[in-house]
Amino acid sequence: MNQYEVTFIVDPVLSSDEIVATAQTYVDHLQGEGCKIVHVDEMGLRQLAYPLGKRTTGVYYSIEFSSTSGLIIEKMELAFRRDERIMRFLTVKLDKYGIKYNEDKRNGLIGKKKNVAEPAAVVEESSKPAPKPAPKAAAPAPAPAAAAEEEE
Amino acid sequence: MASRDDIKFLSNPKIGLKAKKYCRFRKFGIKHIDYKDPEFLKQFINEQGKILPRRLTGNSLKYQKKVATAVKRARHLALLPYVADLLK
Repeated sequence: MNQYEVTFIVDPVLSSDEIVATAQTYVDHLQGEGCKIVHVDEMGLRQLAYPLGKRTTGVYYSIEFSSTSGLIIEKMELAFRRDERIMRFLTVKLDKYGIKYNEDKRNGLIGKKKNVAEPAAVVEESSKPAPKPAPKAAAPAPAPAAAAEEEE
Repeated sequence: MASRDDIKFLSNPKIGLKAKKYCRFRKFGIKHIDYKDPEFLKQFINEQGKILPRRLTGNSLKYQKKVATAVKRARHLALLPYVADLLK
């Protein structure tokens, strides 16, 4: 059982429904081939570092899946090449460190952006006056919970 | 007697001493380099978008190779430029 990760860029000219539908077709395609989808990461609209087909932005998606056979990848990449809505794609096999990294990232252990909420909460706590112990204890709990919900 | 603190040096005595370079991946135990994180990878490229040598970054060979792979993957996905003029 190998774990793979495919990142692709969807044409931003499409409507948001179509973009979501495009990504969903590939998720369904992989599931139809008997792959286990570990996680679908919507990285969102990003500025491209250089123009691709006269587009300067793109919608990034990253699908992490595990499959018993690598033959599925060829089929999937062929579908990507034929699909005009896909601007670029990259498939990589994850090693054990990569799997762990992605897992940690999903749980908010890695990545400064997602961890911003927690240190900020800590600063607020310390700046608050001492005679409020009860709200202090309650305050840090909702923030990570909210972060976890966002990730899901 | 004058102690060492009293002695005034004409030039900074630390000038000749070089800080030892180290590999940040080994030091902080980073095992995986994510190609989807361009902000992190920007530490390893110069303003033109070229990959910096180990001589400057201090990376060990193992991780320099991984950095290079990650930068190249990021370039393919248009997360980093192949050529740039005023990156950063």
